[in-house]
Amino acid sequence: MDWRTFFARLLDASHLHLRWALLLVALLLFSVCPAHAQESPYIVTYDHFLEEPGSLEVEYYSTFGTQRGGPDFHAFWAELEYGVKAWWTTEVYLDGQTTFDQSTLFTGYRWENRIRPLAHEHWINPVIYIEYEHTKASDKILKEVEGHDVEADYAVPNAIANREQDNELEMKLLLSGQVKGWNIAFNPLFTKNLSPSEPWEFGYALGASRPLALQARAEHCNWCPENFIVGVEMYGGLGDARSLGLNQTSHYLAPVAAWNLPSGWTLRLSPGFGLNDTSHQFLLRWGLSREFSGFGEMMRRMFGGSR
Amino acid sequence: MSRAEGRPVGTALLLFLAACGLALAASVAGAQSDGDASSKRFTEALATAPERARARQNPMERDPDAVAAGGKLFEQHCAECHGQKANGTRRGPSLLGKAMQQAPPGAIFWVLTNGVVRHGMPVWSKLPEPERWQIVAFLKSFQLPAERKDADSGTSSDGAPARGAAQDNASGPSVSSQQQNE
Repeated sequence: MDWRTFFARLLDASHLHLRWALLLVALLLFSVCPAHAQESPYIVTYDHFLEEPGSLEVEYYSTFGTQRGGPDFHAFWAELEYGVKAWWTTEVYLDGQTTFDQSTLFTGYRWENRIRPLAHEHWINPVIYIEYEHTKASDKILKEVEGHDVEADYAVPNAIANREQDNELEMKLLLSGQVKGWNIAFNPLFTKNLSPSEPWEFGYALGASRPLALQARAEHCNWCPENFIVGVEMYGGLGDARSLGLNQTSHYLAPVAAWNLPSGWTLRLSPGFGLNDTSHQFLLRWGLSREFSGFGEMMRRMFGGSR
Repeated sequence: MSRAEGRPVGTALLLFLAACGLALAASVAGAQSDGDASSKRFTEALATAPERARARQNPMERDPDAVAAGGKLFEQHCAECHGQKANGTRRGPSLLGKAMQQAPPGAIFWVLTNGVVRHGMPVWSKLPEPERWQIVAFLKSFQLPAERKDADSGTSSDGAPARGAAQDNASGPSVSSQQQNE
């Protein structure tokens, strides 16, 4: 596919997702006071930093994927991430996708919890991640790659894939540390489809990132180098309990960049490249997020919590 | 995997998620921590900084832009809990109290890096080390009234030259007598 077709399809897909955009805008207007974020650039990998307590982060992401043996797709998801405590963050995802020349679908939801067991900062900081996923087989957001997920799985037409409902529990151990301004993160992944006949599946994500400058400038500026964080992430599947290994698995390498604007917005961009024949050749991901402080306070007031 | 193997783990995890849901609801509806308690915990956290951390000097101390840059970072990351003037909100204690102002820069840096995670303050090691030191420089630029008086006359309370004038330009708030009593 040439670049002109790629962008035409992208714009077409964006048009179809007006409802998602409206939902996002409504949430932003509904919210309270924007807060400046220092967000990591990763899209798949997690570092050990949790949402500030009482803050809500509203995020929108897109993944455009090339597909051999079927039409290309644009998958998209919204995330609502809330800091319950300084050691606990909870997050809800709403997923959807457009497969070009087929249909646009809502493909399910996810509920994720991240819990930090250690009180202090260490060289390596573990965070426990547990997620429940209620998604259709047509889900294409590729938020993680696990087991024997390969490109061919995504070529199944929407009409067929959408009949299969998956209920999965996904666990990750998020290991991450800061070294001389760099963040290094490694996330082993373990997934269990709640259908008893399905085996445990495994995967990984790892990433490294660093701000372009480690020292802040005195003036407020959009283009200051400290507002930009760049890095790279790699993720893929490691088979399942029946056939552990790299056979029939897919793997990706993706440069990542985030631009943390003083206004509270964060923009992310990540072109991803498949590393073997069973991976999508190209994934283009981007995201937009904004953090709002004081959301917890507002909810407490609404529901009559004591002062 | 057999049916018997798959179920207990799945059930346990689902129960865990259900517990998370209940705890979340309780947290949203629950009471806020009161200001005095959070102030006390913050003071305790400063006191528990290891000796090696306390002994660290601020490498940004001589940087003329450090206070202003730290002020910008404070506004972006800290003010939502500690207040625009660092005088505290319902979510976080005042940073203008005596304990804070008398704490060595290394102890403040340590608390900033490690947070007070069990009591609401997240770790801030996601900010690069020089930025955390810039915030420390900003926080240490606040003056207790006695120091301010000495600064006006050109000496500090221990007879050394006062640090005041340059920091006044960085719009660092001074400590009121009421805030000192925290």
